[in-house]
Amino acid sequence: MEPNRLTIHELQERLRDGSLTSAEVTESVYRRIASLEERVHAYITLTEEAATQQACAADKLIRAGTGGPLTGIPIAIKDVLCTQGVRTTCGSRILEDFVPPYDATVVRKLKDAGAVFVGKTNMDEFAMGSSTETSRFGITKNPWDLERIPGGSSGGSAAAVAADECMASLGTDTGGSIRQPAALCGVVGLKPTYGRVSRFGMVAFASSLDQIGPITKDVEDCAIMMNAISGHDTSDATSVPTKVPDYRACLSRDIEGWTVGIPKEYFVEGVDPEIRASIDTAIKTLEGLGARCLDVSLPHTEYCIATYYIIAPSEASSNLARFDGVRYGFRAPDGESLLDMYKKTRSSGFGAEVKRRIMIGTYSLSSGYYDAYYKKASQVRALIRDDFDRAFTKCDVVLTPTTPTPAFRIGEKMDDPLQMYLYDIFTLSTNLAGVPGISVPCGYTKGGLPIGVQFMAGQFQEEKLLQVPSAYEKNSALEKRKPDL
Amino acid sequence: MKITTQEVGYVAHLARLELSEDEKGTLTSQLNNILMYMDILNGVDTEGTEPMTHAISLGNVFREDAEKKSIGVEMALANAPEGEMGFFGVPKIIE
Repeated sequence: MEPNRLTIHELQERLRDGSLTSAEVTESVYRRIASLEERVHAYITLTEEAATQQACAADKLIRAGTGGPLTGIPIAIKDVLCTQGVRTTCGSRILEDFVPPYDATVVRKLKDAGAVFVGKTNMDEFAMGSSTETSRFGITKNPWDLERIPGGSSGGSAAAVAADECMASLGTDTGGSIRQPAALCGVVGLKPTYGRVSRFGMVAFASSLDQIGPITKDVEDCAIMMNAISGHDTSDATSVPTKVPDYRACLSRDIEGWTVGIPKEYFVEGVDPEIRASIDTAIKTLEGLGARCLDVSLPHTEYCIATYYIIAPSEASSNLARFDGVRYGFRAPDGESLLDMYKKTRSSGFGAEVKRRIMIGTYSLSSGYYDAYYKKASQVRALIRDDFDRAFTKCDVVLTPTTPTPAFRIGEKMDDPLQMYLYDIFTLSTNLAGVPGISVPCGYTKGGLPIGVQFMAGQFQEEKLLQVPSAYEKNSALEKRKPDL
Repeated sequence: MKITTQEVGYVAHLARLELSEDEKGTLTSQLNNILMYMDILNGVDTEGTEPMTHAISLGNVFREDAEKKSIGVEMALANAPEGEMGFFGVPKIIE
């Protein structure tokens, strides 16, 4: 088997026993990229030269026996995370040539752990989108069907893992942007509890919702990545100083007697019958492992989309005020006054979806509309959080579909922004409530498209969130497939 | 109508965006569509509900007021579209 097809934990063993070197693995990853990228387009920027050096340095550490868990492992980074000396575009014209002077904390942590950096992955512009179609740098294709979207906004990160163009990647998730593309690309994606992972060096979209998390080939790899990136950071005042457990240690425990909540509000009309059938099979598998599945209610679910699409654009309109053509990024050349320069720069620097969200947000926050929109949404947000608090007094984890339908066709929803927003229906709630969520593959449609099951847990309950899908993954009858590329 | 084309123009100004007439037209219809959907929230009783602005409850976070190394002028200006003599360059502000 080509080394690029291995998981992190499989690769760790081979690197340790000397049957593979990081240089060989890294080479196989770039061979794969060379043969595929034209069709998949998962990356915006590749960093092969630096990666080759990192791989050689990693091999020395491994030979000396001083390597860490990620030493020599090729990893891809979503292009919203700052990488010192490597351009970070956010999929936008306005940051087309931005080269950060520092690393995001998660990038530094992976560097310290010895990872090899393959490149920066494609994404919806400023992470605003559900399909990676709003990127300034072209559309990423779903490796399972090149005429379909990979999901978004971390579509490049998910496609790169699914197509074995890296071992694992980092994504960011403001309303489902890790879990949704992971589901559509048949890989694992975890959004941590708000505050579990430092956001320092992530270009902010909606600061009260954003979290960075891993996209991996299986649950064990996800735990390995969480071990590497979690923890308090003095550079992010909202990161939380609670102790980080060893997420890998919880994976082998059984889940007998555990309770899995099934919220009826997530099993409504509009959910694809094949997805429903796969979720039912997953529920039966968990019951077979001794878990007890019970009905729970999250009564404010139907308000999540409206709440989210007020709060997220409001925060975005404020966060994106910094792009003014003065300190970094693109500047329109023909601005006659400062105000004119701001307007021309922002109008030609941002794409249509980003402008739309800035407009929604500015409107929601503007005098006369603040109470009706932003304040109202923030109150409903509290009720959505209360729903989860109540649900988690009755169950250990909640189980839902990750998406209502499998990956849709490229272009299908681009003319109707509201239809695109509605696609996020099952993933927004965890960001609003600040709780963690994970998507794990649970089946395929007859047409061969991947289906994901989502688990959610209480705040800082990532151990539970990994333990249940790990038990599921080990015991499910689901065959391991790779896209035929 | 939730928002008129004129209001779209005003909000665009607040957001420091310059929109073509075409863009204004499209955005007016799209924003109306989206804002109409938001009306669903009016059906929720939020009387007495404290707005939630943070995902987790944190008190104020203090840090030592100590001098730290920064990235320096050269690096800070490295990404600036215009800059010289240690300053960011902008179009003329004072007539």
